[in-house]
Amino acid sequence: MHDKLVLDAGRFAARLDQFRQRYPASNPDLVAEMVHAVLGTMRGDLSATETALLGEIEELAQTVANARAEIAAIGADDITESHIPSATDELDAIVAHTATATNSILECCEALDEVMPRLTEGDSQVVQNVVTRIYEACSFQDITGQRITKVVATLKAIESKVGHIIDVFQQDRDQRTAGKAPPLPPEGPVDAAASLLNGPQLPAAAMDQSDIDALLASFD
Amino acid sequence: MAIDKSMNVLIVDDYKTMLRIIRNLLKQIDFNNVEEASDGAEALGKLRTGHFGLVISDWNMQPMTGLELLQEVRQDAKLKTLPFIMITAESKTENVVAAKQAGVSNYIVKPFNAETLKEKIEKVLGNA
Repeated sequence: MHDKLVLDAGRFAARLDQFRQRYPASNPDLVAEMVHAVLGTMRGDLSATETALLGEIEELAQTVANARAEIAAIGADDITESHIPSATDELDAIVAHTATATNSILECCEALDEVMPRLTEGDSQVVQNVVTRIYEACSFQDITGQRITKVVATLKAIESKVGHIIDVFQQDRDQRTAGKAPPLPPEGPVDAAASLLNGPQLPAAAMDQSDIDALLASFD
Repeated sequence: MAIDKSMNVLIVDDYKTMLRIIRNLLKQIDFNNVEEASDGAEALGKLRTGHFGLVISDWNMQPMTGLELLQEVRQDAKLKTLPFIMITAESKTENVVAAKQAGVSNYIVKPFNAETLKEKIEKVLGNA
């Protein structure tokens, strides 16, 4: 801002020289005195510093307008209207497909359970051990389903935040200048019961069964 | 003490696949009288109208969670001593502590194996 004021003072001196050359008979001091008098009458409205500050604010407003136009140009609406809904639909489809596949596997195991009594004792035991391992492995569907549910919740939170940002930029100018930004989207419930619904932990952060047994034993 | 495997067992989970897996694993260890519920509220209704010797419940369900079901069971004069095993993916210390404070009989973390299920059932029913 200081540079701008120096530049304005230089321009004023140059204009004064031009005036002196054009009207050699005039008294430059008298002209300068008249200019200062005119400026003095504006003192109650805007000083030179305030005028420069106004210019800076106008530049800032233009920068904000440009940013808004750029955000509009990149099509941020697509994120909430297309990309995230599409991603959540795909994840829901994964859960549905894995459930269908898991149920098919379980049907096969149940069919083996039915024929087991007709096998020799040794064969029956082998089949039962294998079927048990398949049952255990099929619990992956529950765990992956819960993990995907957590991812979907995260995507929905992102969708909500992006939607809020888009709303802010699409507000009427009067609302923005009046500081009436739309309220932030509500956060999820934070009651004690909800805070215990963490879902599956990543292996590095999870307690295994022996940790839990030890913790339970510590109460005895 | 011999365990009466003819008892009714209630399994509670909002994943039908999980109910099917637990039912089949129970069948392998000769628990054949198994009923199912898909959340705590449905389970509580069945418990109050039926006769059960064991509850095996998931935690994360709506509208009533497994923890809320456990709390209701422990506050019910007729059900308060019912053996209750939580089988859940919730494996944080705070979860185990909350379940223990609510009166859980044992706690199994998912994914689990058949041997763990058998061992916990025998321990819980042996102490019942």
